[in-house]
Amino acid sequence: MTTADADVVGPGGARPVEDEEFPGGLAGLWQRAWLNLRTGNLGPFPIIVGQVLVVIIFGLTATNFFTAVNFVNLITETAGTAMLAYGVVYVLLLGEIDLSIGYVAGIGALIVAELQLPGSAWQMNGILAMLVAVAACAVIGGVQGSIVAFVGVPSFVVTLGGFLIWQGVILNKLEQRGTIIIQDRWINYTDAYIFSHLGGWIAAVIVTALYPLSILYKTMVARGTKIAQQNWIVVALKTVGIAIAVFGTVAIANHGKIISSPEGLPLAGLIIVVFLILLTFLAKWTTFGRHVYAVGGNAEAARRAGINVPRIRVLVFMISGATAGIGGIIFAAQVNSVALTFPPGNLLLNAIASAVIGGVSLFGGRGEVRGALLGAVLIGTLQNGLNTLNVSNGWIYIITGLVLLGAVTLDTFARRLQARSGR
Amino acid sequence: MSDTPLLQLRDITKTFGSVQALAGVDFEVRQGEVMALVGDNGAGKSTLVKCIAGTHTADSGAIVFEGREVHIHSPKDAGRLGIEVVYQDLALCDNLDVVQNMYLGREANFFQILNEATMEQHTGETLKSLAVTTIRSVRQPVATLSGGQRQSVAVARAVMWNSKLVILDEPTAALGVAQTDQVLQLVRRLGEQGLGVILISHNLHDVFETADRITVLRLGRSVGVFDRRQTTQQAVVEAITAGVPTKVAGIASPPPEAEA
Repeated sequence: MTTADADVVGPGGARPVEDEEFPGGLAGLWQRAWLNLRTGNLGPFPIIVGQVLVVIIFGLTATNFFTAVNFVNLITETAGTAMLAYGVVYVLLLGEIDLSIGYVAGIGALIVAELQLPGSAWQMNGILAMLVAVAACAVIGGVQGSIVAFVGVPSFVVTLGGFLIWQGVILNKLEQRGTIIIQDRWINYTDAYIFSHLGGWIAAVIVTALYPLSILYKTMVARGTKIAQQNWIVVALKTVGIAIAVFGTVAIANHGKIISSPEGLPLAGLIIVVFLILLTFLAKWTTFGRHVYAVGGNAEAARRAGINVPRIRVLVFMISGATAGIGGIIFAAQVNSVALTFPPGNLLLNAIASAVIGGVSLFGGRGEVRGALLGAVLIGTLQNGLNTLNVSNGWIYIITGLVLLGAVTLDTFARRLQARSGR
Repeated sequence: MSDTPLLQLRDITKTFGSVQALAGVDFEVRQGEVMALVGDNGAGKSTLVKCIAGTHTADSGAIVFEGREVHIHSPKDAGRLGIEVVYQDLALCDNLDVVQNMYLGREANFFQILNEATMEQHTGETLKSLAVTTIRSVRQPVATLSGGQRQSVAVARAVMWNSKLVILDEPTAALGVAQTDQVLQLVRRLGEQGLGVILISHNLHDVFETADRITVLRLGRSVGVFDRRQTTQQAVVEAITAGVPTKVAGIASPPPEAEA
């Protein structure tokens, strides 16, 4: 409301709508980058810079960090957390929270473990067992989400209840039984099926091609309309960036291995990328995703616009449950068993921290699925690197906490800069 | 402007418990006309508008839209008839951009996959047709827009869906002088484009800038319909405060001891 120039000029005095579009080519690229930097619109760059710094520091200080073997380890360690963090992104986009995911992951792992158990009455194929487990976790999320959406109990309380309940279920089940060993190969493959070198390269080509193909599709659709064209240099640079990340991952993984398995890319790495793509597509390309952002931004506006807000809430909590279930299965596959120590470490808090470090707002409506992966990889690298340096667990928590604080503080400053520059 | 009413309300009543919010209101809007609805707090403006928009259902009385008697039981019914409301608090999502807000809840899609190009194209065209031209890019988030621009987006959204009657609830309440002027121009333009417009306002200056006719509500009754060119602010103020019934046939006596 500070601007004094006319927002509405009379017919005849009309200015074109796009009066400040960027020119194409390098000049436009430079202008855009400079404007973004000046106005605090940093996108994922701080976290990528942070990641590079962390890798350089550990590469110089830790002897076992900068190895292909450790890299493959890092992928499998991070995969489960990243899966949970994807669900956290959706829940946070609504401005809600799901504290139950750590133990819902445990329930997912417990169900597959029970269903694959040889000799039990309901033993089934591992793939089918996984589908049942993920579906059950989605139902758990749906029930919790329904209490939030229809009864109006705050999600913090509902999922805190879930946290205790599912923890209790796991305790009851495993206290008598002890550890359940998972022998089904399909289930164990989710963590450590190793692609052949060629398989890894083919996956890399497909994953890399998706971004330029999506831009090509958008351009085709926009043909004949007057909407702003893509800046091809930006597209090319992003494609090169993605290619370096993806092919680099496969190249290093092809020289590393998990104990007693061949060298190559583990399936867990591909699973998180596939879900990154699927969930990004859902968030950005579909009406459902648009409605998730709308409900998170202004639930009342969404309701008045005819969006079925409770339905969106329930579906998002189902997604959160399902991703937790998938993450739980990957964690179980990592140790080929489910024990009372599940979920490992600070799974819930790591997953939420991943999403928040990745730039997802706790107040809803702002954030991207890819942020969860970037955050999970940063946290994973940090914890892995500190482990290889033989740093105590206490210090690992302290340093992870400081990184979380730093990331959110930087984001808050950037947002203040954005608000001041009116963007 | 044609003389046949686009919307006509006859003897509308609405009671909430012991409070009679509307005690037999007659009201009309013609096509291409900006009809201001004024009155003191508690006069029944909001209740009347909610009866038209389907948020409330009138207890008795008739609603005639385009010559047919209609029953509006929900906002969806109103939307089907081509009645759109722009609420005071705008109901925009700050985190979404202009295009996303314009199509909120009605996204162009092909099997649930968004058709962004179509939406962006139509948004640009709609804004241009309303001469809303200072919005730099339809892809900027609504949070970055000024108050007047936000109001323009809200109004443009209401008219984009082939609406015939647009109800504006205090559209200039939160705006500065220059921005108020811009929004009022936009309101007039809606009338010029052949829509019926109901403008609810406390600000008689705005009303006299924009409206063709002015309906005054007091204590749940319509106490006067004024032609803007043939009246003065003084006369309207008197109608609002003293409630002397003027110039309208069919409303005989001053209101009873109703409390609203």
